Amino acid sequence: MNGGLSMSDDIILLAHGAGGALSAALLHDVFLPHFANPTLTALGDAAVLASAGRLAFTTDSFVVDPLEFPGGDIGTLAVCGTVNDLAAAGAVPLALSAAFILEEGLPIALLTRLVASMAATAAAAGVPIVTGDTKVVARGAADKLFITTAGIGTLPDGPAPAPHRAAPGDAVLVSGTLGDHGMTILTCREGLTFGSALRSDCAPLNGMVAALRAVVPDVHVLRDPTRGGLAAVLNELAAQSGVCIEVEETAIPVRGDVRVACELLGLDPLHVANEGKMVIILPAVDADAALATLRAHPRGAEAAIIGRVTAAPAGRVHLRTALGAVRILDVPAGDLLPRIC
Amino acid sequence: MRYVDEFRDAALAQALAARIAARADRPLTFMEICGTHTMAIARHGLKALLPPHVRLISGPGCPVCVTPQAEIDRFIALGREPDVILTSFGDMLRVPGRDGTLETARARGADVRVVYAPLDAVALAAAHPDRRVVFCGVGFETTAPATALAVREAARRGVTNFFLLCAHKTLPRALAALSADPALALHGYLCPGHVSVITGTGIYAPIARDFHLPCVVAGFEPLDILQAVYQLVAQAVEGRAEVEIQYARAVTRDGNPAARACLEEVFAPADAVWRGLGVIPGSGLRIRAVYAAHDAAQFLPLAGDPAPEPAGCACGRILRGQCAPADCAHFGAACNPAYPLGPCMVSSEGACAAAYRYERGAVHV
Repeated sequence: MNGGLSMSDDIILLAHGAGGALSAALLHDVFLPHFANPTLTALGDAAVLASAGRLAFTTDSFVVDPLEFPGGDIGTLAVCGTVNDLAAAGAVPLALSAAFILEEGLPIALLTRLVASMAATAAAAGVPIVTGDTKVVARGAADKLFITTAGIGTLPDGPAPAPHRAAPGDAVLVSGTLGDHGMTILTCREGLTFGSALRSDCAPLNGMVAALRAVVPDVHVLRDPTRGGLAAVLNELAAQSGVCIEVEETAIPVRGDVRVACELLGLDPLHVANEGKMVIILPAVDADAALATLRAHPRGAEAAIIGRVTAAPAGRVHLRTALGAVRILDVPAGDLLPRIC
Repeated sequence: MRYVDEFRDAALAQALAARIAARADRPLTFMEICGTHTMAIARHGLKALLPPHVRLISGPGCPVCVTPQAEIDRFIALGREPDVILTSFGDMLRVPGRDGTLETARARGADVRVVYAPLDAVALAAAHPDRRVVFCGVGFETTAPATALAVREAARRGVTNFFLLCAHKTLPRALAALSADPALALHGYLCPGHVSVITGTGIYAPIARDFHLPCVVAGFEPLDILQAVYQLVAQAVEGRAEVEIQYARAVTRDGNPAARACLEEVFAPADAVWRGLGVIPGSGLRIRAVYAAHDAAQFLPLAGDPAPEPAGCACGRILRGQCAPADCAHFGAACNPAYPLGPCMVSSEGACAAAYRYERGAVHV
C-alpha cells in the first residue's frame, strides 16, 4: 500500500501532501489504523452524523512547543481542548474533526506516536474523530506540526451553563490543582531542571461534567481555565455576568512543586494555564453536593470551593490573601515573563 | 512550601500589625526602595493590615523602571542588526523605548531571547560562533555580579562573540541623592534584602548618619516586611536613626566579598542616567578596559541626551516618592500593563504595575 516505503523510518515529504500515493499511504498507514470508526472509514467528503435537538459547535488550534511533555502531548491537548470546550458549554460531545499541518521533514514515527496518543485520548473521552485533513508545508513554513480540532455536541434540554449566568449568592469551585500544565510546559521549554516532577494535567473532562450535572442539573457556569489561568477566566466571568467574584487564596488548590516553580520565576499560579480543570459556578445550596460529586470522580479528586459571587463591584475579582487582606486579582498582561531577580 | 509558609502566617502577621499600630504614635511614611518589596506588599495586601497613618511608598528600586528610554532604544537598535542575538531578562521585553519594545522588535524579525542568567547568554554565544550574542545588562548589585561573572567567563573561555550592553546601576549614590531631596518627606527606608546580600549594610551608614533616616534591611515575605516596618516605627518613635538587619538569615554586615571582587574586576563606577531622577554621578557601572572586547557599546555608542519622559507621565515623581501612582492622570487609562506609557507600569516590580494589579479602586488600602 505504501509502495515499499517504510513509513516508520521516514520523514514527511511535500509529496505526502500532494494527493498521490504517498498521501494515501499516510492516511492508511498512520491515521486510519488509530482513528478507525465507521463514520471515518467511510472516507466520504464529509462525515454524516445523526442528532436531535440543539447542537454546540467549537474549534481550537494547537501549536504547543514542545510537542511532547510530561503528562501529555499536542495530540492529547488537541482532543482535550475541544472536548472540554464542549463540556463547558454543557454539551455532550458527539464527534471531533482533526486537521493537521505538517512541516516537511517531520519524522513519521513522531507523527504516528502523536496520532496514537490522540486516538487513545479520544477513546478515553468516548468521542470519535470522524473527519480530518492533512496538509504538508515546506520546511520553515510551520513549526513541526499544528493541529486544529473542531467538535460538535448535543445540548440536553433545560438551562445550559453560560458565562453570563454567575449570580450573587453562587459558589465558585475549581475541579483541582491550578497551574500544572503551564508550569510543565514552561519548565520543559526553557530547559529548567527544578521542575522535573511537574506533569501536565491535560485530560478530557466530559465524564466529570456529566457526573456533576447528574447531581446538579442547573450549573450556572462552566469554564476551563486554559491560557491566562484562573485569573483571566474569573475576570471574564465577572465582566460577562456583571458581578463581583471573591476568592480565598488559601482555598485555591496549587501543588507544592508548582508553587515553588512559580515563586522561583516570579509567576502567579493563578495566571498559569490548565488543560484538565474546570471552574464551576453554581447556587451555594448545591455546593456541597457538587464538591462531593467532583471529589468522587478521578478528574476531580482535589476539587475545592474557592469563593463566592456577590453583586458589587460588578466586573471585579477580589482575592482574600492568606493574611486576610483583600486585593484585586487581575488578568495577566501578556506572555508570562520571568522577573529580573 | 517550607521556608515560605512560615513567613506568611496570618496570626503572626496580624499580631505584628497590631504592634505596629500600637507603637506608631504619629503619622509615619517609609519608602521601600526595592521593587520586589513593592510587589510583595501589594501581592499579600500588606497595606490593608497597616494602620492608615503608617504609609509605605515605593522608591526607585525597580531596575527596569529606572532604565532610561535611550538605553532601551539602544537595546532595540542592536537587536535589529541581522547577526545579533539579543538576550535579556524577561521583564525588559515590554518596556517601551521611543520606537517600540524588544517584544515588537522581535515580532518584526529581531532575534530576541529571554535568558534566566547571563551565563546562559555566554553558552548561547559559544553555540553560535557566527553570531554576535549581546546581553542587556540591567539591574542593581543583585544581578550585576552574575553579569560580571559572565563577562569574566566569556573572556576566560575565549567566547569572543559574547558582548554586554551595560546599563547596570548601583544603589549608594542614588540613595544619597534621593535622601538629599528637600521635597522628600520620609521617616526611614525599608532597605533591599537582595542588594544587601552582596553589598553588606555599610552602604546605608551614611544615610542613617547624614540624613538621620532609619534604615532596616528587610526580607521579602510578609512577616519579614511587617517586622522591618515595626523596627522602623520603633526607631522613628525613639528618635533613633540606625542601620538594622531584619533579614539576618541572608544578609550580613559584610555582604559577599567574592561577588564584590568580581564586580570590581569587571566594572568601574560611571555616571548613570536614572529615569525620573536624571544623571547621578557614580551611580552606574561601565566595563573596564581590560574587558573592552566584550563591551557592546563599541558597536553603538549611547546617544547623547536622555529622551524626555512621555508627556504627563508622573513616573519621575513616583520614583521619588512625591506622588502615588493613582495621582497620575494616565494611570489605568492611557497607561496600563498591556500598553504601558511609563516604565513604572511595565515591570511587574514597578510601583504603578503593582498598584494597578492589586490596588486599583482602593480595595481596603
